[in-house]
Amino acid sequence: MIETHLSLLLVVIPLIAAPIVAILPNGRLPWLVTLLVSLSCLVLAIMQLWNVADGSIISYELGGWAPPWGIEYRIDVINAFVALLVAGVAAVTLPYALLSVEKEIPTKQISLFYSAFLLCLSGLLGITQTGDIFNLFVFLEISSLSSYALISLGKQRKALTAAYQYLFMGTIGATFILIGIGLAYAVTGTLNMADLAARLPEVEATRTLQTAFIFLLIGVAIKLAVFPLHLWLPNAYAYAPSVITIFLAATATKVAAYVLIRIIFTVFGASLAFQEMHIHWLLLPLASIAVISASLVAIFQYNIKRMLAYSSVAQIGYILLGIGIASATGLTASLLHLFNHALMKAALFMALGAVLYQVGSVALQDMAGLGRRMPWTMAAFVAGGLSLIGVPLTVGFISKLYLILAAFEQGWWWLIVVVAIGSLLAIVYIWRIVETAYFKPTSHSNVTEAPLSLLLPLWLIVIANFYFGIDTSLTVSVSESAANMLLGGKP
Amino acid sequence: MTAEQAILLAILIPLIGALLIGLTGKKPNLRETVSLLTSITLLGTVLSLLPTVLDGQQPSVTLLEIAPGLAIRFDLEPLGMLFACVAALLWPINTLYSIGYMRGNNEQHQTRFYICFAIALSSTMGIAMAGNLLTLFICYEVLTLSTYPLVTHKGNEDALKAGRVYLGILLSTSIGFLLLAILWTWHLTGTLDFKAGGILAGKVAGPELIILLFLYMYGIGKAALMPIHRWLPAAMVAPTPVSALLHAVAVVKAGVFSVVKVVVYVFGLDMLKISAGADWILWLAGFTILVASIIALRQDNLKRRLAYSTISQLSYVILAIFILAPLSTVAAALHIAAHAFGKITLFFAAGSIYTAAHKTSISQLNGIGYRMPWTMTAFSIGAISMIGLPPTAGFLSKWYMLMGAFQEQQLFAVLVIVASTLLNAAYFIPIIYAAWFKQPKQDEHEHSHGEAPRAIVLALMITAALTLLLFFFPDVPLQLATSLTGGHS
Amino acid sequence: MIEYILGHYNYWIVIFLMMTGFYIVISRGNMIKKIAGLNIFQVSVFLLYISIGNVRDGTAPIITEGFTVYSNPLPHVLILTAIVVGVATTSLALALVVRIREAYGTIEEDEIHNKDQSL
Repeated sequence: MIETHLSLLLVVIPLIAAPIVAILPNGRLPWLVTLLVSLSCLVLAIMQLWNVADGSIISYELGGWAPPWGIEYRIDVINAFVALLVAGVAAVTLPYALLSVEKEIPTKQISLFYSAFLLCLSGLLGITQTGDIFNLFVFLEISSLSSYALISLGKQRKALTAAYQYLFMGTIGATFILIGIGLAYAVTGTLNMADLAARLPEVEATRTLQTAFIFLLIGVAIKLAVFPLHLWLPNAYAYAPSVITIFLAATATKVAAYVLIRIIFTVFGASLAFQEMHIHWLLLPLASIAVISASLVAIFQYNIKRMLAYSSVAQIGYILLGIGIASATGLTASLLHLFNHALMKAALFMALGAVLYQVGSVALQDMAGLGRRMPWTMAAFVAGGLSLIGVPLTVGFISKLYLILAAFEQGWWWLIVVVAIGSLLAIVYIWRIVETAYFKPTSHSNVTEAPLSLLLPLWLIVIANFYFGIDTSLTVSVSESAANMLLGGKP
Repeated sequence: MTAEQAILLAILIPLIGALLIGLTGKKPNLRETVSLLTSITLLGTVLSLLPTVLDGQQPSVTLLEIAPGLAIRFDLEPLGMLFACVAALLWPINTLYSIGYMRGNNEQHQTRFYICFAIALSSTMGIAMAGNLLTLFICYEVLTLSTYPLVTHKGNEDALKAGRVYLGILLSTSIGFLLLAILWTWHLTGTLDFKAGGILAGKVAGPELIILLFLYMYGIGKAALMPIHRWLPAAMVAPTPVSALLHAVAVVKAGVFSVVKVVVYVFGLDMLKISAGADWILWLAGFTILVASIIALRQDNLKRRLAYSTISQLSYVILAIFILAPLSTVAAALHIAAHAFGKITLFFAAGSIYTAAHKTSISQLNGIGYRMPWTMTAFSIGAISMIGLPPTAGFLSKWYMLMGAFQEQQLFAVLVIVASTLLNAAYFIPIIYAAWFKQPKQDEHEHSHGEAPRAIVLALMITAALTLLLFFFPDVPLQLATSLTGGHS
Repeated sequence: MIEYILGHYNYWIVIFLMMTGFYIVISRGNMIKKIAGLNIFQVSVFLLYISIGNVRDGTAPIITEGFTVYSNPLPHVLILTAIVVGVATTSLALALVVRIREAYGTIEEDEIHNKDQSL
C-alpha cells in the first residue's frame, strides 16, 4: 500500500499537515507534528531511492488518469536523490528548530511558522516528484510563496524588504516559467515532461520552441540565483530566521538546480541546448564570473550570514559549470555538488545559527574569541569551512575533484583555473572568521556553548560532511547513473 | 607487532598523545611527562620499523578507499624511513628543550602548544609514510594547519600578520598548484601511488611536462623555492622550539622530502633527464641558494639569518635531486638528515641565548662564548656542519653532491656549491669569531647571566653530538639513501 | 504585412501589457504601485494562454449537437490555477507591504533605503 503510493504520500503528508499545524495551539505541539511529518517523509524518501536505485523508473498516475492527459509522477534515480536531500535536510533541521525558533519567532506565530514550513517542504518535495511541467510550476510557487512568508519573519525589519524583493524577483521568474510552459505547450500540445521530450524532436527547432526554452531558462535562473540574477539571495538569506536560512540554503536552490537540469537535459534535450543553441557559452562564463566575483564580494562582508549567502552564489556557479560542461563527468560533478553543497552550507549556517542563539549577532567582530567560548560550535564551523574550501576527506573535495576531472577531459584549462581561484578565495573568507574566533580576545565573557539540541543536529551534518567525503559509494554511484540517464544513456 | 600495525601506530601515537595532553592540561608536570613519553614511544615504534626496511621490505597498509584508485594508503620506503627516523629522533630532544624553554620564558597557552606539536608530528609521520599523492597532500595540509597556532603562538598583531603570510602562502600554493598537479597526474595516469621509476614515465612530454613539473615544485611551498620562500622568515616569530623542530626539521623537510618523492616516484629520474624542465629547476635552485645566502649575510637578527640559511640549504636538496645522478640522489636524502641535525642545533642555541641572555641580534653576541660555553660549542658544531666541513654531517652530504655533479658534468651545480660554501662560511664564521674572540662591549647594559636552563643545554648537546656522530657512523642513513636509487650508486 | 500584424493582435496585446507591467515594477518606488505592475505583468501571460487555447470558430468545449469544433479547454484550466497562484502572490505582497509600513512608517523604497542606511 505505502509502496505504491510513495511519491504521492511524500507530497500529500506535509500538504495535509500544514493546515492542521496552523490551527494547533502555539507551543511545542506544532513543532512535534512537523518533526514527525518530516521524519516520515525522510523514511519515504529513503524507501523511494531504494526502489529506483537500480535504474528503474516508477510511474504513478495521479487519480488514475493515464498520462499524458492526467498528471504523472515519474520517479527515477535523480528525482529520488533530490527528494532524499530535501527530506533529509528537513528532518535534520527540525530538531535544531525547536529552540532556535522559540528564540527568534514571536510565540503567537509559531504554529503559523511551522505551517508555512510544511507548505514549503511539500512544494519542494512536489517539484522533485512530479513529471508534469505545469504541476512543477504550481509546486514551485507553493514553495516560493511559503518561503517569502518565512523569510519575512526574520527578527530585523530588513527581513521584510528582503522578502518583498525576493517576492518580486521570484514572481517575475515564475511568470517567465509560465510563458515558457505555455509556448512549449502551444508547439507540442502536451505538458507531460516525458511526453514533451518525446515529441520535441518531431517539431522542427522553431523559433517558438527556442523562445520557450529561453523563457524557462531565465525563469529558473532567477529561482536558482544564477549570476547576475542573484541579487535577491544575499538579503533573503542574511535576514531570514536561522532555521529558514539553513533549510532554504540547503534545499531551495538545489531543487531549482534540479529543475534546470531536468529542463535542459530531459525535456529539451542536450542536443538542442548545446549543439543548436550553444547555451554553454552563456552558462560557463556566467558561472565563472559567479564563482570569482561572488567569492570576492564574500571576502568583504562583515555580516557572516551574508558572507555565506554570497558564497552560495559562488557555489551555484560550480553547479552550473558542471551543467555547462555537459559531459557525463560534468553532470556527475553537478549532481554531487548539489548534494555536497547542501551538506556544507547546512553545517555552516547551523553553526552560525548557534552563534546567533548564544551571542545574538553574526557580525564578524562579535565572533572574536568564540573559539574558546563555544568550542564545539566553532569547531563545526571550521569543519564546514574546510569542506567548503574543498579539502580532501570532505565532501567539498569530491565534487571539486569530479568538476576538475570533467574540465581535464575537455581540456578546458581556464575552467580549472576558475575552480582553483574559487577555492583560494574560499580560504580567505573562511579564514577571516577562524582568525577572529580563535586568535582575537573575546569581548563577551559570559557567552557559553550552545545547547545540546542545536549541537547534535549540527554535528550530525558535520559528520555527514566527512562521511560522504570518505565513503563516496552512495553519492557517486547515484550521481553517475543519474548523469548517464540524463544524457540518454543507460544508467 | 607487525610492520603494518607499527605504521598505523606511528601516526596514531602522537594523536593519542595530543588527546592525553589536552586532558592533563591543568597539571603542567603530568602534561609534560605525557609529552615526553609520547615522543619516546613514537621513537621506539619508528625504530622498530627500521630493520624491516633495511631488509629491503616495503610494508604498506591501505586505510580506506575514497573512490576507485583514490585511497588513503601508507607505504614505507627507504626515503620515508629516513625522514621518519630523523623527525622521531629529534622530537623527544625537542620536547626536552621545549619544557626548558617554555618554562624559562613563562609562555602562555602551553597546553595548546604541546597539542599542536603532537598533531604536527603525527602529520609529519603521515607525510613520511604516505603511499600515494593524496595521502601526502592530506598530511601536508594537516601539517600546515596544525603549525599555524604554533607560529602565531604569541597572539599579538605581529604574530597574526606573520601567521597570515605563513598560512596564505602555504595553503594557496598547495591548493592552487599542488592539488591541481595531483589531479592532473591522476587524469594522466589513473593512479596516484608512488612507484619506483615514476608513474608519469611515458605519459607526458614537452611543455605539459614542464608545466606539471613547475606546478609540483611551486605547489610544494614548504620547500621554499624562491620566490615563494617568504613564509619561512615570517614563521620565525614563533617560539624557538617551534622554529627548531618545525622550521628546521618537520615542515621544511616535509617540503623537500615531498619534492624528492615526487621526482623519484612520480616523474622518475630517467624521464626528467631527457626533459628541459629539469634544468630550469636546477637553475632556480641554484639561484635560490645564492640569493638566500646573500640575504642571510645582511641579517643581524640571529633567527632571521638562520631562516635564510635554511632556505638556501633546502635548495641544496632540490639542486642535488635535479642533478639527476644516483650519487646526488643519495646526497639529497642524506642532506635531509644532515641539515636537520645541524640546523636544529643552531636554533636550539639561538633559543638558549634568548632564554639566558635575552639577546636576539648577532651584534650583541661579542664574547658570549665564555658565559655560555656549552651553547656556543654546540652552535659552532652546527655552523661547521652548515658550511660543510669535516667532521660533521654536512660534509658528507656535500661531498656526495659534488661527486654527483662531477659525474653528470653539471658545472653549474659545482659552481653553485662552491660559491655557496664560501657564502655560508662568510655568514657563520663571524658569529663564531665574535662569540669566542671578541671582547664584550663595555657600554652595554649588561646583566650577568650564565648558561640556559639545564633541559635546554642537554638538548642542544645531544643534537650537536648527533651532528658529529652522523659523520662517523653514516651507515644506516647511507644504506637507506642508496636503496632509494635501487641500490646502485 | 498588415495582415500579419493584425492576425497576431493577441500577441501584441500580451507584449504591450507585459512591458507595461514590467516597466511599472522597475520604475516605481511606491510598493503598492509595484504590486499593481506585477499584476499587469502576470495577467498578460494569462491572456496569452487563453488566446492560444482559442480555436477559430470553435465553441465552448461542451459536447452538444451541431458543434464539431471546440476550443481547447486545457489552457483555460491551467490559467485558473495560475490565477489562484497570482492572487496568493498579490495577497502575500500586500501583507508584506502592511508589515513594512508598520516597521518603517513608509512604503516608498528610497525612504526605506535611507532609513536602513542611517542606522
